[in-house]
Amino acid sequence: MSLERSRWYETMVRIRLFEERAMALFMSGAIQGTTHLCDGQEAVSVGVVAALRDDDVLTNTYRGHGEAIARGMPFEVAFAELMGRSTGCCGGLGGSMHLADFERGNIGANAIVGAGLPIAVGAALAFQLRGERRVAAAFFGDGATNIGTFHEALNMAAVWHAPVVFVAVNNLYGEYSRVRDTTPIDDLAARSSAYALPGVVVDGQDVDAVHAAAKEAVERARAGRGPTLLEAKTYRYRGHSRSDPGRYRPADELEAWRRRDPIEILGGRLTAGEGATPDDLANIRARVAAEIDAATSTAEQAPFPTLAHAARLVYA
Amino acid sequence: MTYREAIGAALFDEMAADTSVVLLGEDVATDGGVFKTNAGLVEAFGAGRVRNTPISENGFVGVALGMAVMGLRPVVEIMFSDFLPTAGDQIVNQLAKYRFMTGGQARVPVTIRSIGGATGRFGTQHSATGEGWFLGLPGLRLATAGSAAAAYAVLRAAIREDNPVIAFEHKGLLARRGLVERGAVAEVGRAAVARAGADLTIVATLMMVERSIEAATVLAGEGIDAEVIDLRWLNPLDWPTVLDSIGRTRRLLVVEEEPHAGGWGSLVISRAAREGLRLARPPRVISLPDDIPVPYSPPLEDAILPTAASIAAAARELVDR
Repeated sequence: MSLERSRWYETMVRIRLFEERAMALFMSGAIQGTTHLCDGQEAVSVGVVAALRDDDVLTNTYRGHGEAIARGMPFEVAFAELMGRSTGCCGGLGGSMHLADFERGNIGANAIVGAGLPIAVGAALAFQLRGERRVAAAFFGDGATNIGTFHEALNMAAVWHAPVVFVAVNNLYGEYSRVRDTTPIDDLAARSSAYALPGVVVDGQDVDAVHAAAKEAVERARAGRGPTLLEAKTYRYRGHSRSDPGRYRPADELEAWRRRDPIEILGGRLTAGEGATPDDLANIRARVAAEIDAATSTAEQAPFPTLAHAARLVYA
Repeated sequence: MTYREAIGAALFDEMAADTSVVLLGEDVATDGGVFKTNAGLVEAFGAGRVRNTPISENGFVGVALGMAVMGLRPVVEIMFSDFLPTAGDQIVNQLAKYRFMTGGQARVPVTIRSIGGATGRFGTQHSATGEGWFLGLPGLRLATAGSAAAAYAVLRAAIREDNPVIAFEHKGLLARRGLVERGAVAEVGRAAVARAGADLTIVATLMMVERSIEAATVLAGEGIDAEVIDLRWLNPLDWPTVLDSIGRTRRLLVVEEEPHAGGWGSLVISRAAREGLRLARPPRVISLPDDIPVPYSPPLEDAILPTAASIAAAARELVDR
């Protein structure tokens, strides 16, 4: 199998195992507060990030571990952040909802729904003003398509031809509410037409489909032909947050989506026609699992930040 | 030059000195902007750097944040301070907190120029100074321009400041003339002693500075020597200057164009008390009513505003005259 596609597989496994370990650490009390896990949505993170260059940037949400790991945040740095340690990506000051990693182009994970869209537009305008061929992507959920900044950001991006890709991660639920109960349309990408933008719906469980659509949108932006609204249809296996068991979901819905697991879909392609064996895939999983164990242990031994140090990070 | 010319000069000089400075807001690029503060800028620097936005305050403050973390130095014009709450999330949760919650990875050199204040008969949704609404937010600097000189020098400092700043301006001062030192950049967190005096301390911001100076002139004729401090910065607030003055005069009068219940006046009085400053008389406050919004009807708008007369009357009581 190609190196690129084995990397996609491995990255999805990395996200999945990270989320599973994060949940376990929350249940044991090693991580406190709350967390919003993205199991089931890995292909969206990996497929879009794979279409970005290293100097492209993205903003994302409190359900943002997938993009952080997809862009290469080391496990021990991510776990340390979730545990509030000084070796975390944000020095322990952000936590699960705010995994920012500026060196790798993650310019802010936001706990406020919709806040990251105009920020991504601003980043894109900075590139445009300086004549840089860089692109900004904004990841957000279905719920965000109902908040003011979604509309304001798409409108401004359209008017100014900003090099931005808007990625709506539609997992059918805005917190505890079905999209259908809060939104009068099913295909959120259709909202692009209100801003004279292209809107594309893609199967979010298929990393190849996500990557192809993202690549086209990124290249459109980079070529100066403006923004795109990409909607990935996907599903989160877990509830909205740690404290939500997701009982508002119909009984067979979760099972139906698990049968379209993004890791298994790519794995099936790799073993069917790209020269991978089941052992190859199992080895990847085992290697990642060992790395997770080591990283958890490292993070658990890291010190907490001091208040004095935190106080110095308020103002530049 | 006038206060509005001073704003324009500050913008011009900063934009000329630093190509990363950009201006965005509603109508900023058209005919010099709604309050004619931006004359000549789009002609000098182009439509990329001087940009009219749609009516989307929360959105375009967010755009400014994105520009800033990617290396630009944006100035956002908010047409009326009453519209600041429209951008509430991007100010409170984003600008103020972004550097901290990214563990210092982000640098946010955004300046919001917010034009507010009463006397224009603009009614209750177009007359607030707004200076008290964003107090006490760690990470957010607050500045006020009470004179043409400050409109120039404080704005230049705010733009150069690497942290988010709301720089409050007053539309009632736009036509005021004053001596402006072109090239001067104010010191962040330094108040200005607008008039030195020995008998009492008047602390004021924005349009209340000139009314306090007017009162002080009248009082001087009566042998009362008032010190008028223009705070200029609410965050960081110049405690050494303020406390030194109150410590010397032992009489404090706070003059603020906002309800006392929601503003900076209480901070000054609280700090003086907590520092144990021995006052000769209890502090006095002249402010907008706590329980009446700014009314449209002209005589009512006049009635609720502090005036040189009401300031002088309070000062006389402080010195037992």
